[in-house]
Amino acid sequence: MSASADLGPGRPGPEGTRRRSPLWRRVLRSPRGGFGVVVTTLLVVLGALAPLLAPTDPFAIEGPPLSAPSRANPFGTDALGRDLLSGVIFGARTSLLVAVTVALIVVVIGAAVGLLAGYVGGWVDDVLMRVTELFQVLPRFFLALVVIAFFGPGIDRLVLVLGITSWPLLARVLRAETLSLREREFVEAAEVIGSSQRRIMLREILPNALPPGIALLGLVVAQVILIEASLGFLGLGDPDVTSWGALASEAQRFLRVAWWLSLFPGLAILLAVLGLNLLGDAVTDALSGRR
Amino acid sequence: MTRGYVLRRILQLVPTAAAILLVGFLLIHLAPGDPVLALAGENGDAEYYALVREKFGLDEPLPSQLATYAGNILTGDLGTSYVLGRPVRDVIAERLPATLLLTSSALGISTILGIAGGVFTATRHRRGAATAVTVTTLAMYAAPAFLVGQLAILLLALRLGLFPVQGMSDARSSATGTAQVFDVAHHLVLPTLALAAQEIAAVSRLSHVALVEEMGRDHIRTARAKGLPERTVVLRHGLRRAMLPVVTVLGGRVGHLVAGAVVIEVVFGWPGLGRLLVTSMQSRDTPVVLGVFLLVAATVVVANLLTDLVYAWLDPRVRFR
Repeated sequence: MSASADLGPGRPGPEGTRRRSPLWRRVLRSPRGGFGVVVTTLLVVLGALAPLLAPTDPFAIEGPPLSAPSRANPFGTDALGRDLLSGVIFGARTSLLVAVTVALIVVVIGAAVGLLAGYVGGWVDDVLMRVTELFQVLPRFFLALVVIAFFGPGIDRLVLVLGITSWPLLARVLRAETLSLREREFVEAAEVIGSSQRRIMLREILPNALPPGIALLGLVVAQVILIEASLGFLGLGDPDVTSWGALASEAQRFLRVAWWLSLFPGLAILLAVLGLNLLGDAVTDALSGRR
Repeated sequence: MTRGYVLRRILQLVPTAAAILLVGFLLIHLAPGDPVLALAGENGDAEYYALVREKFGLDEPLPSQLATYAGNILTGDLGTSYVLGRPVRDVIAERLPATLLLTSSALGISTILGIAGGVFTATRHRRGAATAVTVTTLAMYAAPAFLVGQLAILLLALRLGLFPVQGMSDARSSATGTAQVFDVAHHLVLPTLALAAQEIAAVSRLSHVALVEEMGRDHIRTARAKGLPERTVVLRHGLRRAMLPVVTVLGGRVGHLVAGAVVIEVVFGWPGLGRLLVTSMQSRDTPVVLGVFLLVAATVVVANLLTDLVYAWLDPRVRFR
């Protein structure tokens, strides 16, 4: 993300790159956007490089049980003597994995529904919007609970449920964008020269309609991270991986004796969600300022 | 409000309700293993499974199974919990009041404090206090409910001893009447605040944006030009229209609050539906899990309907869309 911000000044060349770079610079210039970019980058780096960055294996017994934060274990240890800092770093990996995969599903479904509803219109629009409303009303958290109750815990089904139920917001925004883009000259020009509907949707409309949707993705993914953490807290996460929610769940049993077990995983979630929210807000602001 | 609009909105419930029933039905049949396990839980004996098999017509073709399933649920029969040995409906009804008390107080508190927060930050920009409130709401919006709850227990209950740590009432006291009400209210404070935290932030942000926009309009300038005190301008003229977006999200907030209540009930040992749900998950008591899901889905749908009706009543333009 920050890499594309550096591209601009170095290359005075074509209009395209010069028009793109101010968006990121505007995002970075606001304190909120800067914070969002930094925290999101941190989340990605921690998640991607967890095995290199974590001092120990998150499941390895490293020190005395329930020891307070110290130089050896900066975040303290849990009831089995496992290093909490390593747990929090590996937890970032789980949150990142869930966030990225859910985001992919959300973009694919949201873009398809939004484009079709906005461009084709008519009864297709009516039906798709009804379906969108329905998915918006479905209680995601409880649906995920039912799926876990029937299929057992696991990241794969969790990602599927959250992805299949989290796209309505994106679809609505893309539909609105498509409706306004449909009337623009470049789309009419493409229609006049006889481009197929599919080509117009994918080549002309989608690239222009997608950015505001992608900006919203930060907010959608932040909520998904919170839901995943809540499920982990209830002991319904994937038992084979470390997650922030599962760590906080252990804290509940030792609340009277080990405050650090609650504080650090909780703060990690708070920071990640806050960062994604602020990044999403800043990108949305920067995009709407452009128009 | 036109009767046509109300009727149309109520009729729109039918496909939504059908879809929710269908989701439940599909999950039962997609689940690995025999659907009877999903319908009866994993703790029954062969005789009991045969009984359930017959009740839900599991040997018949799928469409007629769907009809039986929908018929059972629409007549209020949510099945039986083999673990608890009682109808799911009774088990849920027993736990419902505690959850209703928790969620409705959180809904009320978050509306009041959220609007107050929004008014504060919208009318006092440029001041340090407004910035502090803004930063606090940003953090509250991002904090997971269990962190807020656990920190509240650590600081306010364990450290300062202001509130009880767990439960809905003091087990040792045999208080009745007013004393009992006070006891429950005392236990209610922390769970309510922890549950409301995220919603307070959401409402405050929403009313802030709406109020800032509203305060730039002509009728506000007119009110100020008339020489009305700023307080009256904000509360009487600005806030009224700024309330509309707060109303539109009410339905969605009910869904958030009920989901949050599950976590908060576990943190505070609150004896409501959330704790029931979690223990049922642990004992693989699927009829209860499915029953709670259907109840929550129905509640959210009805809450959305009520929200739309209130909105249409407040803003007549909606009715003629």
